[in-house]
This record gives sequence, structure tokens and C-alpha cells, in this order.
Amino acid sequence: MAYSDKVIDHYSNPRNVGTLDKSKKSVGTGLVGAPECGDVMRLQIEVDEATNTITDAKFKTFGCGSAIASSSLATEWLKGKTVDEALAIDNMEIVEELALPPVKIHCSVLAEDAIKSAINDYRVKNGLPELETAKSHH
Amino acid sequence: MLKLPIYLDNNATTPLDPRVLEAMMPYLTEVFGNAASRNHPFGWAAEEAVDYAREQIAGLINCDPKEIIFTSGATESDNLAIKGVFEMYAQKGNHVITTTTEHKAVLDTCKHIEKLGGKVTYLPVNAQGLISLEELEAAMTPETILVSIMYGNNETGTIQPIREIAAIAHKHGALFMTDGTQAVGKIPVDVIADGIDLMAFTAHKMYGPKGVGAMYVRRKNPRVKVTAQMDGGGHERGMRSGTLNVPGIVGLGKACELAKKEMAADAERLSTMRDRLEKELLNLEESYVNGSVERRLPHVANISFKYVEGEGLMMGVKDLAVSSGSACTSASLEPSYVLKALGLSDDLAHSSLRFGLSRFTTDEQIDYAIGHVKEAVTKLREMSPLWEMFKEGIDLDKIEWAEH
Repeated sequence: MAYSDKVIDHYSNPRNVGTLDKSKKSVGTGLVGAPECGDVMRLQIEVDEATNTITDAKFKTFGCGSAIASSSLATEWLKGKTVDEALAIDNMEIVEELALPPVKIHCSVLAEDAIKSAINDYRVKNGLPELETAKSHH
Repeated sequence: MLKLPIYLDNNATTPLDPRVLEAMMPYLTEVFGNAASRNHPFGWAAEEAVDYAREQIAGLINCDPKEIIFTSGATESDNLAIKGVFEMYAQKGNHVITTTTEHKAVLDTCKHIEKLGGKVTYLPVNAQGLISLEELEAAMTPETILVSIMYGNNETGTIQPIREIAAIAHKHGALFMTDGTQAVGKIPVDVIADGIDLMAFTAHKMYGPKGVGAMYVRRKNPRVKVTAQMDGGGHERGMRSGTLNVPGIVGLGKACELAKKEMAADAERLSTMRDRLEKELLNLEESYVNGSVERRLPHVANISFKYVEGEGLMMGVKDLAVSSGSACTSASLEPSYVLKALGLSDDLAHSSLRFGLSRFTTDEQIDYAIGHVKEAVTKLREMSPLWEMFKEGIDLDKIEWAEH
């Protein structure tokens, strides 16, 4: 399979690989996918409560180049966004930015799920109600 | 200077040996006759070349030259042997025994004869990829006409106990056929000593050209016959019609001659290189050899790297031409059925790499491959949440994964 230059760039130089302290109240963690499906993404955000802004984002992904690139790109986009702006990120924006072929769209869906799952984790930790989010149920 | 990418996928196909090409050249140009043309020198020259190739091939596998039937390759030979025996021996029975780790050319042919009313037993293999002789014996029935079990496996290199299998088949009055595609030319294969009645093999896995192969069919003790699967001019003792591919056959003959001469030295050199590659890669934590280490083709290594995803790994080792145990098709990830048959979980099957060395592989290439794979695996693990969890002692099987 031919990968786009942007996928290759994110795969070769992934941004924001790492781990945030999940015990902190300001950190939300999303873990989505399953090993037997070939993709597991863990995406973490750190939120400044006063401004409701994402100050840091980290990821670790087990998966193909497109999955790694989708999550790497997501962390780049999350930093500096408010939580509400982050919630508005649509997987098709990731598809467009990375020029993912149709068979790799699920990687972008997984990244969107990971963002929402991380936000929900943050919300629950901070006594806010969970949002209905899960996009992928195929 | 090392040329990249490095070709280590020699179980898929091997490069053509220049000496083979040289032998073929005249038959692609001035000696163009049809080997079946009996009435002029053009045909005689072609027939002489084919007969000489038959002798070269017979010399490699210790058979009579008349026992070689030329085909288009191992897939055709597998089809012809299994379907041909099924039709020819229909009076005697309709049961065939094979294994779950055969090449698709055998498995799908067996499925085909099931549709025709045949019965097929697919023997399982153990974690080393070996069948159980007791299970084979127990599966034999008076209706069993054929046991078809491969010599050496294409994914793992595991070598089945061929002589013991042949003895069991013969004890129960069945024929023994083997798919020798990966073994012939790489390790000594002797159809007499091994007790083989039919065998499929091909030129392009032993430095010959693509598009030509052969089927060995025993002519005495017992005399084996197969029903032709293609109608036509009655070439190859009526078993395989079609004008002979003379340049290809000359190439197969030359490849066999070279293999006979160089096999022992090649095997020693390649197994030393293979063992070095394997030892180095097993220094990575949580990496495992797939298949039997004791009974294995000398040029093959199949290794799984846990907590690394197969497609990502393939992308990481872009300077190597290798195969992975993961066939990533459009929507679904299909792990190798051979590795699954060995008992590997899907994720371990996905994260496997198959290395196939050749006569032309160099130590320098192996050094590069070692460094390249180590680097890719290490980098992907640093990026893998599963590796982090494993390192923290979390049992991944106990996690409720959000399936998608």
C-alpha cells in the first residue's frame, strides 16, 4: 500500500508520543480499539480547568502507519484547543489532512473516538456528566 | 555499497541464477523448435534439450527421467497430482488426508474434490508445525487413496517427518504425495529413500525461471497414474497436454544441476547466516520463533515480535523485502492461517516476519537486516500502549477492550 507523505512523516517523526499522569484530575485518558483488531490507541489530554483549554496531549498507538499518523495528528490539533473545540473534531478532517484511503478511514474514526473518550474521562473525573459520543460501532 | 531494499523473501521467489539464464538463452532464440515435432531437426534439438533437463532433474531427486512430468509450476502440479489421483483411483476410494498448514494450491484443490463428493481429513499440527503420526495412522481408512503432506512449509520452514508419513500411507495401501516446492533444491530430497509416489515442485524457488515446474510420478512399485486435467495433444505420457516450455524446462534442468552440486555448501552457509539473524533478533524481549527449530529448512526464519502491530512493522522495515504473517486486505486483517494452526493468537500472527535467505544473500545484508528490524521493533514498542502496559505488569487479556 502506498502511504501519503503526511502519513509517512507522522509515522517517521511522531509528535507527542508519551504518557501523562493519569492519576491527576486534570488528565483525561482515552483507550480505544482492541489488540485482536490490530489497533489500540491511547490518547491523553491535560486540561486547564480555569480556561477549559487543552494544555498538553500525548498518545501511544499500536497499529498501522495510518493509525499512528491519525493519533499523532490528533495530539497536534488538540493542544491549545478548548474542550468544546476538541469535541467538534470530525474524523473526516483527519482523513482529508492525511489523505487516508477508504480502507484506512477506520483509523481516523478510532482517533476521533479516542479524543471523545479522553474528554469523557476528564469530565467524569471532574464530576461532569458523560457525553454520548461513540462513533464507531461497526 | 549496500543496495536497498534488501531482498529476503526467497520463499516467495528466488532470483534467476545467471548460469541458468545462460543455459536458457539459446532456447529463447535460435533453438526454437517444438519438442513434439518428430520430423525435423528443429524439433529434435528441442526434444534433446528437454530430455537432458529430465536427466538433470532426475539426478537431483533420484528418480528415473521418465518419471518427470513438466507443468507450469507447483500449483498446477499440486492440482494435477491430487485431482488426477482422485479421478484415477475413484474405484478404490475417495478419501484424502492432508494437513491444515498446506499451501493453498493443495488446500483449495482438496476443497474442490470435497465438492466432487470426496472426503478430506485435514490433520492439525502441533506448536512446532508438525503433524502427529499417531493421528495420521488413526485417520487412515480402507477408502484412503492419497496422503498429501508438504515436505517443508513455506511460512515457517518446518520439515514434516516424510519417511514415516510415507510408510504409514503405504502400510494402508494409499499413495503418498508431497508438495516439495520449498524443499527441492534446498535440502536432499530422494523419492526412493523417502517413499514418495508423487511430488510437486517448481523452478522459481530454486533460482530457475517462473512459469515452469514438474510433477514426479512413480513408475514402479507401484506404478502410479493420474488422470489428465487438461485435454489436448497427449504430451507427457498423456498426463499433461500442451507444447513444452522448452526454455523454461532447460532452466529448471540447469537449476536442478546447480542445486545438486551446491546444495550442501549453500545450506551450511545459509543456516549459519539464518541462525545469526535469528539469535540477534531473539535478543529483543518478547520475540519468538514460529515453527520447529530442530526440523527446519536451512534458509528460513519466522519470528513474531509481541506488542508490535504487523502492518506498522512492515512499514518500519521498508528497507527489507520480507513477508509478514498478516495479510492486510481491504477491510479485514487476516492473520496467517499457518501461524494460527500452530496455535498463535491473532496478534502474534500479525506481528510476525518471515525471512527467506538465498544463494545470493550476503553477511553484509544480514547485518543490515538485524539492525533495521531491531530499530523498527524498538521504536514501535516505545510508541505502543500495549508494550507500556506489559512493562507495568498489566495482564492485557483481562482488559475489556472497546471493540470497533
